Amino acid sequence: MSAPVDAYARLVRQGPGAALARRLGAPRPTALRRWEAGADLLTGPALVLGIGAAPLAADVSRWLAAAGARLADAEAATDDRFGAVVLDASAVRTTADLAAVREPLAPAFRRLAANGRVLVLGALVADTTTVEAAAVQQALEGLVRTLGKEARAGATVNLLRVGEGAGEALRGPLEFLASARSAFVSGQVLEVGPARGGDAARASAGPRTAVVTGAAQGIGAAVAEVLARSGTHVVCVDLAAQGEQLARVANRVGGSALHLDITAASAPAALAEHLLRRHGGADVVVHNAGITRDRSFVNLDEAGWASVLEVNLRAPLRLTEGLLAREGALRPQARVVQLSSINGIAGAKGQANYAASKAGVIGMVRALDARLAASGGAASAVAPGFVETAMTARMPLLPREVGRRASSLQQGGLPVDVAEAVAFLAGPAAAGISGQVLRVCGQNLLGA
Amino acid sequence: MSVPADPAAAPVPEGRLPRRAAILGGNRTPFARAGGRYAEASAQDLLVAAIDGLVARFGLAGEQLGEVVAGAVLKHSRDLNLTREAVLSTALSPRTPTYDVAQACGTGLEAAVLLANKIALGQVESGIAGGTDSASDAPIAVDDGLRRVLLALQRARTPQQRLAALSRFRPRQVVPATPRVTEPRTGLSMGEHAARTALQWHVSREDQDLLALESHRHLAEAYERGFFDDLLTPYLGLRRDDNLRPDTSLEKLAKLRPVFGRDEEGPATMTAGNSTPLTDGAAVVLLASDAWAAEHRLDVLAHLVDAQTAAVDHVRAGEGLLTAPVFAVPELLRRNGWTFDDLDLVEIHEAFASTVLATTAAWEDEEFCRTRLGLDGALGTIDRKKLNVVGSSLATGHPFAATGARILASTAKLLAERGGGRALISICAAGGQGIAALVEAP
Ligand SMILES: NC(=O)c1ccc[n+]([C@@H]2O[C@H](COP(=O)([O-])OP(=O)(O)OC[C@H]3O[C@@H](n4cnc5c(N)ncnc54)[C@H](O)[C@@H]3O)[C@@H](O)[C@H]2O)c1
Repeated sequence: MSAPVDAYARLVRQGPGAALARRLGAPRPTALRRWEAGADLLTGPALVLGIGAAPLAADVSRWLAAAGARLADAEAATDDRFGAVVLDASAVRTTADLAAVREPLAPAFRRLAANGRVLVLGALVADTTTVEAAAVQQALEGLVRTLGKEARAGATVNLLRVGEGAGEALRGPLEFLASARSAFVSGQVLEVGPARGGDAARASAGPRTAVVTGAAQGIGAAVAEVLARSGTHVVCVDLAAQGEQLARVANRVGGSALHLDITAASAPAALAEHLLRRHGGADVVVHNAGITRDRSFVNLDEAGWASVLEVNLRAPLRLTEGLLAREGALRPQARVVQLSSINGIAGAKGQANYAASKAGVIGMVRALDARLAASGGAASAVAPGFVETAMTARMPLLPREVGRRASSLQQGGLPVDVAEAVAFLAGPAAAGISGQVLRVCGQNLLGA
Repeated sequence: MSVPADPAAAPVPEGRLPRRAAILGGNRTPFARAGGRYAEASAQDLLVAAIDGLVARFGLAGEQLGEVVAGAVLKHSRDLNLTREAVLSTALSPRTPTYDVAQACGTGLEAAVLLANKIALGQVESGIAGGTDSASDAPIAVDDGLRRVLLALQRARTPQQRLAALSRFRPRQVVPATPRVTEPRTGLSMGEHAARTALQWHVSREDQDLLALESHRHLAEAYERGFFDDLLTPYLGLRRDDNLRPDTSLEKLAKLRPVFGRDEEGPATMTAGNSTPLTDGAAVVLLASDAWAAEHRLDVLAHLVDAQTAAVDHVRAGEGLLTAPVFAVPELLRRNGWTFDDLDLVEIHEAFASTVLATTAAWEDEEFCRTRLGLDGALGTIDRKKLNVVGSSLATGHPFAATGARILASTAKLLAERGGGRALISICAAGGQGIAALVEAP
């Protein structure tokens, strides 16, 4: 599926537009492969490589095969293109180990299929015991981010840092990053630790009830849809004025609609009460509602500054406090996922208010994660790059076009791309992931 | 009057019905003045929107309910299965059965009463009741002469017969007969009827304007405090009733020219400001047994206790066309052992401000209550502080069949907000009919 609103991407995909773009060296974005019910995990066989002891390689091969992937043999004389290449570099400790990475990886990378996946598995830098080991594990990050930029035709490259004792917790992130669900995630690093809380029950059940704020349109509506795919009841929250669209979303996903201004003084108590009475508590809270009021910092008036902080930062803080304060409003092992933005990481001209709010929520999830850990819960953030929604459709033409192309995948993401990442972090597959920020930006050049 | 009141029968307040149906909530479209925002929407579209908003609010997508009961006053012949066709376009399970009800302006409340009775009898556990009307998309009938020509043409077998049929055609017959809000047996509009009743009860222009002002003020306040956030879902970009004039004043209302009662002997007092306009909109309520509500983790806002209809003889006896509730209410109260003092809220549908005022005047009139209602004295005075506290039809507008469900849902929510209490709902309807209901917090 292609981004329907991106006329340029359609123009250069085939025919004379494609020829011209090729001659001019202009970007030619590939139509990204996205999740479809019943589709294969990969577009071709998976090649699993290892450096040194490669302690994870055997499990990884087993898990991929169980997920329906065909395992490739690097030596076999075929010109099959690889659907995925996984390199277990978790045992890399010395510069010599690092040097050994090139030989198997380079030819495999050359044979990567369109929309292929490269996953490098490293160790947690904190788990290393020597300075050299810390250095070479950090080096993997530079390698991965570069491969992300050199990858072609919709392929993505990501690094998973696997903590000691992560065990089965690696399986979910591995499958997510190998699958079409991570179409717009590239050049990113995720750390995986042991599963939090007694994951067994949760892993099989998945979340029963989720709340998504700002669910009437855009990313929020997509999040509701992806969460509902696995049977979660989604309480779709938005302003009363958005009720018509909100009802459509809620009914489409078999969820329910709640008219609530998240900035209202009564909102936290009202939401807690609603969740408790109607659903016996929530397993997932997605703070997605957000607004922009762009102005250069010196021209920003009090209202423009305050309103963005109010909706994007203060409201999620208060809502979360309200839910935590009300016994039972959040079920044990609850997950909070917060929408941030790459502009919150990198800053953006004319968005002092927005960037402050979106950086603020990163601080929020880190601190909140520690609090939720006690009940086996977790908090994480997703930082989208340029996503095709009503918010970005309002941007002036030039910045919008630059925003789209300034990423390794040379296109804007779709709301569903962000939603897949949110649902992953909210679900049982992310039992070993907490307090982190996952960028869904096609490896945007901003704040990389 | 036609209510068979048997003063000897003892009141049987509790347990008269096997169980009481619970009101769990409601939803409506904002109401729009005819020819406005919903000009292109059909009554069915409006009903679908109202039901879908309710389904979303209560998370009922895909649910099979006991039944959906609704109706419309201005009904196209193609809409013979209006509610069923509407439900098939909603997110409800297509296996939800339906039926249509018609009782003029009483339709919405009558639909709820019928559903509540089935719930009380255990015939269904849950359902949706309400109504819809589009004055913009009103059916236009062909002239009756033309209709006969066309029917004869259809029956004709030979060219001669066809010619004969066609020869009865007259050019003036192509002017369509648009529906009018006139009473078939008197030829008078509802407004003209109401104007006569207003004169009979000496209802002043000032009192009518004041009631209209209060309706607008109350409705505006209710919107401001978010009262309708869980009773209403925007439709086609409209977020509030567009008839609402939050800034209206007695001065502004006093300037309006009377439109009804100008041919009567006596002051004409009824204006566009103290009468309801033609309106488009739909409203529904969710009713269920207490057990169904508990199973679905839904709060019971209130119970529907009892209901009573009545009809007057406005044709031969000259009784006020819109005064049937004057008779229905005392019987309903008596049967349940309630008096006005037991009521915390009173909703009297504001077809016209004068209707409300004539109704309350009748109940305050000792002579009338003794001779016509068979009471010992005046029924009593309705405390204005309890009357139509979140505004009524003068401010919201009045899409005929939708009004009952609008009032019932608001009343149930008001009772839940107060944390207890009892309410009376009274609605007058065309044809000299009326319906009243009692509602009580759980
Ligand atoms: N679109 C992008 O490119 C992009 C990039 C980075 C981050 N984000 C973030 O993703 C989130 C969703 O973005 P989107 O593009 O889908 O936005 P959108 O404007 O399409 O939707 C946001 C929704 O939030 C709702 N909302 C706003 N204020 C609210 C309030 N006070 N109470 C309840 N609901 C409220 C709006 O009514 C709207 O339905 C935002 O937090 C945004 O900052 C978007």
